[in-house]
Formats: sequence, C-alpha cells, structure tokens
Amino acid sequence: MGKYIVGRILNMIPTLLIVAIIVFLITRLLPGNPAAVMLGPQASAADIKALTEELGLNQPLYIQFVDYIGNLLQGDLGNSLTYNKPVIDLILERFPNTVILAVCALIISIVIGVPAGIIAARKQNSIFDYLFTTFSLIGVSMPIFWLGIMLVLFFSVNLGWFPATGMGSMEAGAGDFFSHLILPSIALATIPTAQFARITRSSMLEVISQDYVKTARSKGLSEFIVICKHAFKNALTPLLTVLGLQVSSMLGGAVLTETIFSWPGIGLLIIDAIGKRDFVVVQNMVIFIALIYVVVNLVVDILYKVVNPRIKYSSNKGGS
Amino acid sequence: MSEELLKVENLEVQFKSGSAITKAVNGVSFTLNRRENIGIVGESGSGKSVTATSLLRLIPSPPGKISGGAIHFDGKDLLKLSEKEMKSIRGNEISMIFQDPLTSLNPVFTVGDQIIESIKTHQKVSKKEAKKKAIEMLKLVGIPAPEKRINMYPHEFSGGMRQRVMIAIALSCNPKLLIADEPTTALDVTVQAQILDLMKRLQDEFNTAIIMITHDLGVVWELCDKVLVMYAGNVVEYGTVKEIYDQPKHPYTWGLLDSQITESVSEDQPLTTIPGSPPDLRQEITGCPFAARCAYAQDVCFTNKPKMTEVGENHYAACHFQTKENRLDRKEKTAHDRAIVTS
Repeated sequence: MGKYIVGRILNMIPTLLIVAIIVFLITRLLPGNPAAVMLGPQASAADIKALTEELGLNQPLYIQFVDYIGNLLQGDLGNSLTYNKPVIDLILERFPNTVILAVCALIISIVIGVPAGIIAARKQNSIFDYLFTTFSLIGVSMPIFWLGIMLVLFFSVNLGWFPATGMGSMEAGAGDFFSHLILPSIALATIPTAQFARITRSSMLEVISQDYVKTARSKGLSEFIVICKHAFKNALTPLLTVLGLQVSSMLGGAVLTETIFSWPGIGLLIIDAIGKRDFVVVQNMVIFIALIYVVVNLVVDILYKVVNPRIKYSSNKGGS
Repeated sequence: MSEELLKVENLEVQFKSGSAITKAVNGVSFTLNRRENIGIVGESGSGKSVTATSLLRLIPSPPGKISGGAIHFDGKDLLKLSEKEMKSIRGNEISMIFQDPLTSLNPVFTVGDQIIESIKTHQKVSKKEAKKKAIEMLKLVGIPAPEKRINMYPHEFSGGMRQRVMIAIALSCNPKLLIADEPTTALDVTVQAQILDLMKRLQDEFNTAIIMITHDLGVVWELCDKVLVMYAGNVVEYGTVKEIYDQPKHPYTWGLLDSQITESVSEDQPLTTIPGSPPDLRQEITGCPFAARCAYAQDVCFTNKPKMTEVGENHYAACHFQTKENRLDRKEKTAHDRAIVTS
C-alpha cells in the first residue's frame, strides 16, 4: 500500500508536466498579444513593445517554455500581469474561499443526496421513489446559471432573506458569513445532490437483493443496520467515484456559481484572468486545478481499498 | 418441554406482480420435533425455499405475503409476533444458511466481525467474549488457525470454508432450529460430503433440529428423519424417510426417484426425466397440480384437487388413487418415459 502511494505520487509528475506543456502552448497560441490587451486600446506601439519585451514574449517559444518550466520547478509561479501580485499569493488568497464553498455544498449534497438515494432504493416503486426519480432528474439537468439567478431573484430580490452576491466575513459575525454562503452553496450543491442520490439509489438497488443482505436479516439485525451497514458499505464504490469527480470539480473552482454570486474563489479568478488575457494566471491556475484532480483521484483510489478489501494494489499497475 | 418444536399449518404464501398473483406456497403443513431433521425436496420453483424463508418471515414484502396459515414454533405463533419479537428469534432461535456461500457472506467485513455481530445481537456479552466465542465457533466448524483466520475477509476463504463460516454464524447463538437452504448445492462433491458430516456432528453437539432444503434425495436419505415432497407450492407426499424410501406413493415422488443417478443406471442409458414442466402458478389450478405431467392421471385429476390422505404409518400422500384402500401400480420405467439428456 505504501509502495503504491509513493508510485502514484511519482506518477503525478509526468501527468502534471504534460498538462503544463499543453496549457503553455494553448495560452501562447491564442490570438492577440497579451501585452496589447493588457494595456488597452489607447496604448501606443512603443508601450506595447516595451511590455512585450519585459514579459519575454518576444523570445522564441522554446526559450519561454524552458524559463517557464524552470521557474515552475523552483516553485515560482510568476507574477500576475494584471493583479501585480505573485500568482502563488493569488491562489493562496482565493483558494480558501473556494474550499469554504465546496465543503458547504458537499455537506449539503451528501446529507441530502445519500439518504434520499438509500430510501428510494429501499422503497423502490413507491410514490417516494417516483417523486425522487423526477426530482433527481431535474436536479442533474439543472442549468446552474439559471438556478443561481432564480435563487437570487427569489431569495434576495423578492424576499430579501439573503444577500445576492459577495462573501461575508467572520469578523462581521457568523450571521453575515453564513447568510452569504447559503445561496451559492445551494446552487453549487444541486447537481451533486441529484447525482449522489441517483448513484446511491442504483448501487443500493444492486446490493439490496444480494444474499449477504438476506444473511444479515436472518441474523436478526435491525433493518437500519442491514441497510446502512451491510448494504451501504457494499454500495459505496460507485458513490466514491462520483464523489471524487465532484470534489475535484468543486475545488477546481465552481466557475458558474462563483461568477453568478461574485464569490471570490479560484473559479472567478480564472474567468477574470481569461478575460484579461492574464496568461500567467491562467496557465498556473489550470496546472493547479490539474493538481487538485490528481490528488483527489489518488485519495479516492486509496479509499476504494478502505471500503472494499477485495481490491489489491500493486505499485505499478494501479487498482484492479 | 414438549417434544414438538415446529408445527406449520396450511401455510400460504403469495407474490403479487401487477394484477397477477403467484401462489408460491399453497397450504403446506408439517411438524418437526426437537433434534429431528426434515428434508424438503422438489424441483426448482416448487416452493421449498419460500416455505423455509417464510418461517423466518423474511419473504420480501411487497411483493410477497404470507396470506394464510400458522407457524407454531416452541409455543409461539410466529405469524402473530411483532417484528421486534421476530428479530429476537432470527439468528438466535432459528438460523438459516443459504445455498451459495460465495455470496451469502458480506465481502466487506471480516468473517470475525460477521460472527461477532451475530453473537452480540442476541447475547449480552463484551466484544472480547464475543470474539472468544467466535474463535471457538470457527474451531468447531473445522477452520484451521481460527485466531488468525478471524481477521480475514470472505474472499480469502474457499467455498467449503465459507460454508463452514456460515454454519459457525448460524450456530453461534445455539439455535433450536437450523434451516439449510441447499447448503451443498454450490459446492464440489467432496466438499459436500464434508459439510454434511459437519452438520451431522454439530447437530449432536448443539441439539438443533434441521430443515434441509434440497433437490438431492441422497442428502435426504443420509441426514433426515422425515421428508416433505413439494410440487408447485403444494405438499404431495410427506412421511418418514424410511416409509418414503421403501414405499414412495406419489407419482411425482416416483418421478423424482427415477430421475436420480443410481448404481443401476448404466452409462449408455439416458437418464429418466419427468416430461413437461411445472404449471404456471399465476393460474388457478383446479385439479391436482401434477396431473398434466402424471402418467397415471385420469379425468378426476384435472377437476378435483386431491387431499392429503394417510397411506401408511406417518405417511401421507395427495393422490386420488393412493389411499389406504386404493393402490396405484407403479409402472416400470419405459423407454418412452426417458428423454434423451443432451449435455
């Protein structure tokens, strides 16, 4: 197991390097000179030329690349052209906000989605199950930008219960902090809730009719233990897969949610940076997001083993 | 303490699917004394397993439902108990082992956890004591190095070993009745014999009565005191093993006996089968359920359902032509009755 984890961590290096190459090329191949975009339409040709040279954009591509990778390996992500800050500072400033939103949305979606899926499987073909199927289908197909706007319209504009945008601070009190958090969390949690619920229902249905569940009942265990211990632990593997993907995508910046609610997370940062052609920020953000995916995937793979002892890992083959 | 442990009277179990009702068990009655073994035989779909599962009230409901009858177990009518009272009986006074040991143990818990759980559910003991008891049980069912094995997962055991673990779980609370639903069907022939030997040995030790569901008559002759022959949800013959072995009465039982592989069946001779297939249990059956496949059927068989009648000492059969007064002459197997078995 330890060997497997070390192997997987070493495997992350080429993955991230490939991402770095692709991102570097894409940002450089985008039309438009970043220096010109940053300086605006009124900038003179001399100013643009000066900035281009300052940024090293006049160098051949391979030199730019070598510089970039060299800096990356030293942990120097470079400075943002538009924020006038080291990118690492920007990430450290924004990422906790994204984490707060993601954790909150994740709690909502697990607390609602998983039990709903278990109950729907337990009461298959009941009215609850039909309602569940309908709502979970609506949930997974919900356009988040529309839901977000509707939430703002209803709860902020009409009812005035919650602030429409921005992030509260703990210094202004817990009330301020949480009232800002509720709407974006609901918007971000909608699709994962429905997804967790659907995957829980289908994988529970698969295990609920297994012989070992019958054995558990024949031992005189309560229905709660039979379902939540014996059946659920067996149904966890597919749920973990979806959970991993959702966690990665939430931590990687909920672009739509953060944009609608002006939540100062990394999703908003990346959108902003793209708009400003701040390629230094964009390319580092993409690598950072790739890193999140790779790490979350590794954690999920390790968790597979925890929930399913039949899985055996070898250091060079991955899970089987 | 009365000798009678279990008395099943007119048990009826139905399954509903859409508007159709399947009468899976239709008026099954039998009694079982303490430390006695009864074999329930019959082909697939005859209602053996449903009968056994309904004794523990574990029929999935819906769609299943025990629609009639009574199950008296050790002075209690199980059908009148609350679900909570039933739970204290399951795994404690009545245990069950299933056909496929590969799937009946939970793959994500260690075998130790699964035995300990059973003990701790029904007995007020500490985890440590339960673990000690679990190790003892594993030793008793013949698992080598139980102290080590207790921390292993089911996939680290062979099929026969897993069935031993199932038996250990089932007997861990010293039940009065063990229901074994085809416990050897999924195992190799050599392992089958070991498991049967183990069950016989443990029965003496635990004084447990056994309901053995099987379609292997050999198992019945070896292990049981009584036999219940089921066909299409009905009991067609019921009696002591000795009576039924020596003098089977129902044409269906004859069919079952003839289709066994015995020493007298030569290699080039095709095996005997019962032509046709069991009736659709969703349809109302007016006459004898076996009539359509019975070589002795007459008009009355299709219109009137035969009642269970005493045909010998402690021996009952449901056939119009098999009573104390009337006797059917069993035909010799003919070539016509034999279907070619293709492999």
